[in-house]
Amino acid sequence: MLQGWIQIALTILIVVAITPFLGEYMARVYLGKPTVLDSVLNPLERSLLTLMGVRSRSEMTGWQYARALLFSNLAMSVLLALILFGQGWLPFNPTGLSSPSWDTNLHTIISFITNTNQQHYSGETTYGYFAQFAGLGFMFFVSAGTGLAVGIAFIRGLTGKPLGNFYVDLTQSITRILLPISIVGAIIFMVAGMPETLAGPVVVPTLEDPNISQAIALGPVAHFEIVKELGENGGGFYAINSAHPFENPNGLTNLIEIISMMAIPASLIYTYGAIAENRKQAWLVYGMVMVIFVGFVVITEIGEANGNAAVNALLGSPSPNLEGKEVRFGWAQSALYTVVTTGTMTGAVNSLIDSYMPTGGFVTLSNLFLQIIWGGQGTGTAYLFAYLILAVFATGLMVGRTPEFLGRKIEKREVVLASFLLLLVHPLFVLIPSAITLGFPDQLAGISNPGFHGLGQVVYEYASATANNGSGWEGLADSQPAPTGLWWNLSASVSLLGGRYIPIICLLLLADGMSRKQPVPMTVGTLRTDTVLFTGITAGVVLIMGALTFFPVLALSPIAEAFQLAKGG
Amino acid sequence: MSLTVEATKAIRSTLVLWVLVALIYPLLMIVIGQVVFPYQANGSLLKNAQGQVVGSALIGQPFGSDRYFNSRPSTTSYSTADPKKDEAGILKTGVSGASNLAPSNPALLERIQGVTDPDPSKSIEGDLPRLKAAGIQPTADLVYTSGSSLDPHITPAAASAQIARVAKTRRLQPNQLADLIAQNTDGRFLGIFGEPGVNVLKLNLALDALKPAS
Repeated sequence: MLQGWIQIALTILIVVAITPFLGEYMARVYLGKPTVLDSVLNPLERSLLTLMGVRSRSEMTGWQYARALLFSNLAMSVLLALILFGQGWLPFNPTGLSSPSWDTNLHTIISFITNTNQQHYSGETTYGYFAQFAGLGFMFFVSAGTGLAVGIAFIRGLTGKPLGNFYVDLTQSITRILLPISIVGAIIFMVAGMPETLAGPVVVPTLEDPNISQAIALGPVAHFEIVKELGENGGGFYAINSAHPFENPNGLTNLIEIISMMAIPASLIYTYGAIAENRKQAWLVYGMVMVIFVGFVVITEIGEANGNAAVNALLGSPSPNLEGKEVRFGWAQSALYTVVTTGTMTGAVNSLIDSYMPTGGFVTLSNLFLQIIWGGQGTGTAYLFAYLILAVFATGLMVGRTPEFLGRKIEKREVVLASFLLLLVHPLFVLIPSAITLGFPDQLAGISNPGFHGLGQVVYEYASATANNGSGWEGLADSQPAPTGLWWNLSASVSLLGGRYIPIICLLLLADGMSRKQPVPMTVGTLRTDTVLFTGITAGVVLIMGALTFFPVLALSPIAEAFQLAKGG
Repeated sequence: MSLTVEATKAIRSTLVLWVLVALIYPLLMIVIGQVVFPYQANGSLLKNAQGQVVGSALIGQPFGSDRYFNSRPSTTSYSTADPKKDEAGILKTGVSGASNLAPSNPALLERIQGVTDPDPSKSIEGDLPRLKAAGIQPTADLVYTSGSSLDPHITPAAASAQIARVAKTRRLQPNQLADLIAQNTDGRFLGIFGEPGVNVLKLNLALDALKPAS
């Protein structure tokens, strides 16, 4: 038991230790200051940008930035569509897979361009190697790069700088952050045992009964896996994602995967501090997220370590809940991975969340509702500071002062955009489709676990889509050829798009407005936002405003399930 | 900026980045993998003395008899099928999967406990009665299905619980088996991260290579 807690504490400490270095590095990259890889990357980026037709690094307004983002994302989606629909004619498809149904492809395209990677298909039986590495792997980089660009444009705007140029930010996010770390990570992953080949599956007779054969699915996994985690993508090469021994063979790969998921969103908070020249505030906000995160980890870990009382009674000994978990990870590394993957909007899994105790259900749902317990690539940090703006407004009203953030007045436009973004879009795209689906449980829902848990399966799927996470309570019949597959593919696509692009446009407009404001000099009357008290109030705003909307769901699903189990089924 | 200029930029940047991250990067990594780490890059395949592939060091296999250490229950039977009756095409691609049973789902307890019903199609053998009939003290990992359905490991406790049964069938000394278990246990990374697991396929391959005690 103690051994498990030590692993968890050390993993978190490593992330904290990385934060200032990666955070400072990202700040230097996006501020255009010299960095270590300049001699190689400066000429490379110049040629890439020339080839793209981006001649000047001219600053964009909020609308221009959003327009460039939307156009590029559309072009990328079209390319992915060509690859997925045409996979029957494309090379590197050793298992001879043909293109799946149109709605599966549509959902996959939207899911991957939005950095969600919700998968309504099984990797090894649906998409060939080329579709995976040249199609889905492409989205890993560009959707993560798009998120980072939005995050950095938002930070620039908040600190009174021009927003920057989308194409430059997208390119630099890839060439200076995602690609170099991926190359190193992929090599470590290969050393640790992940396959990296274009050869097809190996079929062998089993040792116990030679009349039965085993198929071992291979593929170019290592390079795919690292950017899957680093870019908070989460789309598994195989059906069962990072629980598959080839996607996560041992304790080393599991540690690197957890750190990769957290590294960028955690460090980006520090990057804000470096750009705003207020590292104290960055650490305070970081601490706030860390406290909630650690609380979530503890709740989940205790539930899994104590296990399922009904099963323990049969076993005659206290045992952890190992349903859907791998021996090499045990309860500690499984539950830690799960809290990290749902909080960071990665959505990869090394154990099956549907089989978690209700404590795990509570935490994973809460992570999707709050969206800032590290949060999505770039966008999570932006949401975090949007919450700060709401907190400034709330406290400003309480003490009767004009709300200001970093010396800029928070006015009607900011409050409207921030509250629309944080308090309206998310519930709208989660709860309304959930209500429709639950209205027709037999025709639309495809629930696999009866009772309170089943309600959670439906809400989780839409929350995961809207928060651009991508994990699921996977018992749900959300894939073709299930009769409910078509509904899930189409309705989840709406939540995916709504949860991605509406907030991004709001964030960019918010940042644009802030960057144009005249700074007001700080006086003794200014409400300071870099204090423990203010950060505490922000935490209150996050928990009250962010979670209260969804509390009925939590009460009706995981909390009710916990009471049901306590009562003994 | 006009629409055509914007669209051209979007298309050109898509193609440029595609070549960089979706062609150059993966192909470079595949070359490195094949040249520098051919064993891992090709699936950590295990070969017998005749040079035939017998499995992967990272992927488990089904074992249920008393001649072998048994592996965990699996929802896909470790991606196996009878080659003559593989209508589902499992051997064409390989599969992975999990039960996704919630702790509150009655089917979970039924699977573990077993169900006796006059109608044989409704009867479930149950992992717990199966283990008890085999004289194995049940551990959690032997009754819960794994995440991937391919879990190569069982816990050291689950392996120890099976020593007496295998020793009796194969007429081996129990301490000989305990040594084999220790040799085929994958430890934690740096002794800290992850959990120790006994690699069942490697253990059973080593078992077959042993001579019975005379």
